[in-house]
Amino acid sequence: MFRREIIFPLTTFLSILFIWELITRFSGWSPQVFPSPSAVLISMQELISNGALLKHSVASLFRVSIGFFLAVILGIPIGIILGRWQTAKLLFNPLVQFLRPISPLAWIPLAMLWFGIGDLPAIFLIFLSSFFPMVVSTSVAVESIKPTFFQVAANFNFNRYEVITKVVMPAITPEVITALRLTITIAWLVVVAAEMIAVQSGLGYMILDSRNALRMDYVMVGMIVIGVIGLLLDYIMRILGNIESTAWGRLSK
Amino acid sequence: MSHIHIKNLTKSYIDKRRVARFNSSIATNNVINVLDNINLEFEDGEMVCILGPSGCGKSTLLRMIAGFEAPTSGEVLINGQPINGPRADNIFVFQHSGLLPWMTVWENVELGVRHLKDISQKHKTIQEYISMVELTGFEHHFPHQLSGGMLRRAELARALAVNPDTLIMDEPFSGLDFLTHMKIREEVVNMHEFIKKTTLVVTHDIDDALIMGDRVIVMSDRPASIKLEKKLDFGRPRDLGQNPELRELRDEIFFMLGVSYAI
Repeated sequence: MFRREIIFPLTTFLSILFIWELITRFSGWSPQVFPSPSAVLISMQELISNGALLKHSVASLFRVSIGFFLAVILGIPIGIILGRWQTAKLLFNPLVQFLRPISPLAWIPLAMLWFGIGDLPAIFLIFLSSFFPMVVSTSVAVESIKPTFFQVAANFNFNRYEVITKVVMPAITPEVITALRLTITIAWLVVVAAEMIAVQSGLGYMILDSRNALRMDYVMVGMIVIGVIGLLLDYIMRILGNIESTAWGRLSK
Repeated sequence: MSHIHIKNLTKSYIDKRRVARFNSSIATNNVINVLDNINLEFEDGEMVCILGPSGCGKSTLLRMIAGFEAPTSGEVLINGQPINGPRADNIFVFQHSGLLPWMTVWENVELGVRHLKDISQKHKTIQEYISMVELTGFEHHFPHQLSGGMLRRAELARALAVNPDTLIMDEPFSGLDFLTHMKIREEVVNMHEFIKKTTLVVTHDIDDALIMGDRVIVMSDRPASIKLEKKLDFGRPRDLGQNPELRELRDEIFFMLGVSYAI
């Protein structure tokens, strides 16, 4: 129970809460501008008990799940094709590299024009934010598979399907799981921004709406919940990285 | 059955690093000649050991026999048919493990017999080869859980389970400790005595070649040609210490490779 791994981070968080409380007491800023942790805690209870927090969190998670899921099921196969097939790489890699650095937020005007108001533009933006990292990580992972494994495959007369399912997919699994972990974080960053423009629900909307109402305590509740959910998403992805089929990747390097 | 005939085999590479570094326009400067007009024949069931200085192209020769690389000129014929790619009757055993690390020993051995329709027959075959290399009890271990010697044994089991005509082994003992080296070497010889497959072994260890081979081939430095080809008509067990003829041959090969055994 009293392990360093738990005690130390806890100490950091508690110290920050303490300093925060001190600043709000002695800085002379009004609680409307800089609410104290205790005030934020009370507001959080309020938002939990009236169900608003749950509703907004679920809305955000729903959009992230759909957009991220679409990005993964399209991004991994496309990454495999780009990694395995030189012609496809020459044709499409420059396009991917060109689109990748364009922030998904730059797509907001077009997304709203194309998909209107509602879940769709937000999902589209999350999809964009996750799709390119998945494609790039997957194709890099495929290209770095040891040539020996393909020679073994050829030696044992693997057909194309077997090369993909018995060599390529298991070989890239550890890297792909790492990519999932990094990408879900990006998707979570983007959902909040996306919800500030086109929808009437979600944690991003909640923050913007609270700002308009000058409720900085609600803004801070929103930020805290975003952080906690982000931690949870990362934790889930990390568990995924520990499953047995990737043990060889962790232990043989 | 496999009778391997290597005819006027030549291999050269373009040295891409050199091209990049010197931006040389003289094409011939950038060509590395690895093998120079190699002619060899391997009889069915023979164990042939190929020796040569490091980097001389021994492995390249094996890789062309396995069909991983195409010759620049000349050809490799197996039973009169030119090799045009890797195939399952011509199994290559990799220098560093060629086991697929995401598969257990069992699944790796299964690769060679995965098309067998009769499941119980398939399982029997897999178990048989795993027992043969003394890995019983390690069927469900992953390669990263095995020692160096066990990795070689597992790969050998996988290769033998295909029932190939030819086994091609690229430095099968490299990286093993002395005792494991001796043990695996003994197992390879016993395996060969038992199944009599055509077996090609590339090694840099002269003792290995003389103890194991039915024939020994010594290659020269790059561009490699055949310097010596010698049939080893000695019975088993063979002991270099007891056999003056083998010792003399060893010294001759050492001299040929530019080093001396006695210092």
